[in-house]
Order: sequence, then structure tokens, then C-alpha cells
Amino acid sequence: MSTDVMTEQPLLSVRNLEKRFPVRGGLLQRPVGWVKAVDDLSFDLNRGEVLGLVGESGSGKTTAGRSILRLIEPTGGSIRFNGQEITGLGTAEMRAQRRRMQIVFQDPYASLDPRQRVRDVIGEALTIHDIGTRADRRDRVAALLEKVGLSADAMDRFPHEFSGGQRQRIGIARALAVEPDFIVADEPVSALDVSVQAQVVNLLGDLQRELGLAVLFIAHDLAVVRYISDRVAVMYLGRLMEIAPSDSLYERPRHPYTMALLSAAPDPDPDAPKSRMLLDGDVPSPMNPPSGCVFRTRCPFALPACAEPEARALREVAPGHSVACIRDDVGVG
Amino acid sequence: MDADLTLDIRNLQTHFTADPGVSKAVDGVSFAVRRNETLAVVGESGSGKSVTSLSAMRLIPTPPGIIAGGEILFRGRDGQVRDLARLSERAMRSVRGNEIGMIFQEPMTSLNPVYTVGDQIGEALRYHQGLDRRAARAEALAMLKKVGIPAAERRLDEYPHQMSGGMRQRVMIAMALACRPTLLIADEPTTALDVTIQAQILDLMRRLQEETGTSILFITHNLGVVAEVAHRVVVMYSGRIVEEGDVRSLLKSPRHPYTRGLLACMPHLGQRRGDGGRLYAIPGSVPSPVNRPAGCTFAPRCALAEPACLAAEPVLEPVGPDHSARCRRWRDVQ
Repeated sequence: MSTDVMTEQPLLSVRNLEKRFPVRGGLLQRPVGWVKAVDDLSFDLNRGEVLGLVGESGSGKTTAGRSILRLIEPTGGSIRFNGQEITGLGTAEMRAQRRRMQIVFQDPYASLDPRQRVRDVIGEALTIHDIGTRADRRDRVAALLEKVGLSADAMDRFPHEFSGGQRQRIGIARALAVEPDFIVADEPVSALDVSVQAQVVNLLGDLQRELGLAVLFIAHDLAVVRYISDRVAVMYLGRLMEIAPSDSLYERPRHPYTMALLSAAPDPDPDAPKSRMLLDGDVPSPMNPPSGCVFRTRCPFALPACAEPEARALREVAPGHSVACIRDDVGVG
Repeated sequence: MDADLTLDIRNLQTHFTADPGVSKAVDGVSFAVRRNETLAVVGESGSGKSVTSLSAMRLIPTPPGIIAGGEILFRGRDGQVRDLARLSERAMRSVRGNEIGMIFQEPMTSLNPVYTVGDQIGEALRYHQGLDRRAARAEALAMLKKVGIPAAERRLDEYPHQMSGGMRQRVMIAMALACRPTLLIADEPTTALDVTIQAQILDLMRRLQEETGTSILFITHNLGVVAEVAHRVVVMYSGRIVEEGDVRSLLKSPRHPYTRGLLACMPHLGQRRGDGGRLYAIPGSVPSPVNRPAGCTFAPRCALAEPACLAAEPVLEPVGPDHSARCRRWRDVQ
């Protein structure tokens, strides 16, 4: 295979990904139904690209991120990473792939083992993957800490000695230790104060560019997502509603749900237009999602045809811009 | 206390015993909430904003906490002014949930899981206003309708866990407003909610305030939310007020470097990394409340700091009509 072909194929190709969870009930805790947390999700991610994944609680964005890394097992669909199908891989083969794919978690207080020194938090993956000698690893941990803006002597301390922002830096250093090609960043700044959030977003952005990382950036803050992402995907109730280059999605959103999300984000500028598109009601139960378009029960533009199965299909409306909505006549500005 | 004020906090000091020393979580805070007004108190973790609101409700756990000084003047429905800092716990119980309504961040932890929402809204009405069971139920139903809960008759007999987060927050608002309080204290009421639900709740709170004229003390960390709900704003940093003013003036032309920094830290919906810009970040972190630096507490993180800033704390000085800032160099803040 020539190198040209290698660089042209996406680093990650997700097709029809599905993750169902059983809902148990009754005395014997038998499955009484299923929740499709992720339903028919497909997208590509290129090397060095940042794809933002946004959605509200219950949209399936976190489950999608974890299923792609097989931290939880998908129940259907295909995940090709570096040209290799990873859904059927055994433990040993998967471990080899994991070196190339890492995750940064949301809560820096919960995701670091409180009994491990920072040196071991970061160095553990190096040990597992048998990278370098003991002394090499120590140097590497020191270099990683400096790379994420901490001093090397932080390695002998425990996670509780650090602030939230510093812990998230440790979490990033941990993910980068094995030199991955791909990182899932699952709400990496949501738990942080605004002033610290900016420090961590800048750090992630710098490292992403410097290391040529592909990132799936999962978040609910639309402004942060636009800032960091090349493309953005919007999920609702387990399904992909819209995916597009960032500018296209934010300037010409085509899905009514995307429009509602954008108009709901509070803007600190008192002169910002307050033309609100207020949605009625709540997200329906994922156990019993609406037929056809899952957003139709809250959509101000819904038609009878939206209840048909065809209304679920994604269609391309502009280069790289696909939307799962049958209407062409709403809100194109 | 001026006749148009509902709450007037003067030089509030709320301290916690720490090991070693004393943590001055709120260290000399003064502000007032007018009638029909929403005052937002903004700050990051450790700013003292939540401790301020808990102090106003007298919900500071003692020990380790204590209201060590200051006055919390509150005007009740009868027009009488009382200092809540000195009220007995017994007298306070007739104020809390009656003349002062409260909403918290996580409605699930503030609602009782074993009572129906109808019982919980009705309880306040029976306890404080002496309504009988039937009248309380009718009033609870009216409140649920008022806060926009669909199928309110059915919802009245449901338990909190049967509702979504947004619905539960509506129930909390119904409970808080049931006794027609003169003051509503809302501590991060939309922080745990999704943006589309947050938009609904903020819309509801604005509408109810117009209808009832209740004063609202709104605690939040989100300047976007401030722009949506507040008439006036107090910015807290490290236990002190650093800036205060009319919402428009403060958000449009902040005069304290910290407020300026907070606004700059938030990426705009239009801001792109591709344009080469980095997000503005405030270096460092909030100082420990046990061991604050002398002088201006923000000086160690401030790009404009000069030796005088470290020597003595600046005063909160007027920088415009209904706008003041605690900064020696406010004229240089662009």
C-alpha cells in the first residue's frame, strides 16, 4: 500500500454504530425493554482533525465516545481505526490498538486514583505497554508534566494536592504518555471554572496541533466546541441530527434542533439578539423514542411526514454538511 | 434602610474554622436588592457567592461556620425590617420558605423523595399560612399551572423521581413562590440543566418576576445567564466584592481586570482557533481564603498590578453611574 493511500483514508471510520442497554424490571430483573443510547451513528475522522460532538444529557454523546474506544462494548456497527476493524478484536489485539487511542475524562476529581502518585498515574500506561526502562519512564513523565504546564517535581505528589485545572492537566499528560494518534476528550473542561477552562482549552489546542492528534471533543458548551473543532456533529436522543464543518454548522444550521441549541446558549453581550427559539417540553424517554425523526415531538416545524422512517435519513445539503431533516425551508440565513 | 430595598447586606463576615486558622469565606460584603429587581452575584468557586446566599438564609452550618459580623437587613411582607443575622432560629423558621423563597442547583436533593410534589408544595402553605389540606392542595395545583407544568392535576400526585430535571426545577420554583415571598434566593438554579431547559427556566423566572414583583437574589457563575436575568450585578472574588453595577454597564464596560478577564475567557460563538487566536486565560488560581495576599487579592494574577496594589487593598470606588470597582487602575481597564 502506498503512503498516499494511507494518508487519504480516515484515521477513524465509524459506521452504523449502535449501543443498546437492557432496561430491567420486575422481581427477577429481566430485561423489559431496550434503550438505544447510540443508534446508527456514522462519521469519519481524519488524522489531525478535531470533531466536536455536542448534545444534551441523554443524547448518547458520552456513550458514543466510550463505545468507539470499546471501553463499553458496542452492540452493532463497525469501527475501523487505522484501516483495521476493531469491533471483533480480542483483548491482546485491542490492547495494542489502545496505545493509539486514549481518553480524557470530564471529572478530574474522580478519574485519577487518589492513592497513586502522579508519577504512577502518568507512568502506568508506559509500564502496561512496556515502553522504555524505569529511568526512561521517569524522564518521560517529567517531560510530559512540563509539556502540560506543570513542574516535574509534581510527580511525587498525590492528585488531591492539585486544583481542578491542574488535575485536568495531569489527566491530559496521562492520555498523551503513550503517544496516541486519537483522543476522546469527554467534557474535559465542563467541571472547571471559566478562567481555568480557557487555560485547559488552550493547552489541548496547542498539543493537538503540535502532535497532530485527532480528537473527538465531546461537550455541551457550543462556544468552546466551535472554538476548538474543525467539524461538529450534533446528537439528539442517540441519533446524529447534523454534521458539518464548524463555520457551516454555526452560521447556517439546517436542523431545527441545532438552531434551538444555538439560540438557547446564553450570551454575556447585553446587545446580543434575544430572538429565542424556545422548545416546548422535555426530551422523550429513550425507551420509547418517537417514530421517524426523534426530534419531531418538540420541533416547531414538524410535518406529518416527519413520523415516517425516511425522515431519519441523513442527506448532504452542502459540501460536507449533512442533516437528518426532511425540511429544506427553515431558517437558512 | 431605604424604602425600596428588600434586602440590605452590610459588611457581612462569614467565617469557617479551618485547620490551621480561619477561612474568611465572606469578608466584608455589602450590597442591596431592590424591590422588583434581580440582583446577580457572580463568581467562581471559592469566591464566597454561595456562602453569601446561605448566610442570608441563615443556613450556614455552625460549627464550623459562623456569621462573625455585619447585618442582613430584610424587609418582610408586613414592611417591617429585621436583621436576619441576629434573629433566633425559631423566628428564622417563619421567614425561610415563607417570606424568603429558595431554589437550589440540584432540585433532586432539595425535594423529599417520599412525598408527592403536591404534598410538598402544600406543606409550606399549611405550615406558614395555616391553610387546610383541601385549600393547600388547590393552591399547589394553581402554582404548578403557573410554573408551566403540563397535566398539572396528574403531576400533583407524582413523586420527584418521576419527573425530569427541568420539571423538578419548576416544582422547586412553585414551592419557593407558593407563600408569595418578598425575596427569592436562587443559587445556581439552572447550572445542572441542559441549555434548552435552562432557557425555559430563565424565561419562566423572568415572567414570574414581572407578575409577582418578587426581588430575586440570583447566584451564578455564568455571565451569559447574568445577561439574561439580572438588572444589577455584583462580582465576587476571594470573599470580596470587586465590582458592582447596572448589568449593561458592567458587562459592556467592565472596570475591574477580573471581570474583564472573566468575560474575555468565554469564547464567543463566533470565535475560531483557526483564526490563530488563543482564548484569553487568567493565569494562576484563586488564593486560599485562609491565607489571602495583602493588598488587592487579585493582584498576583493581574496584568495591570503595580507595587501599590500589593501594599494596600483598594476601595470600591464609583466608576460611573450605578457602577463601582475595587481597582486602583480601573481607568486603564479596556
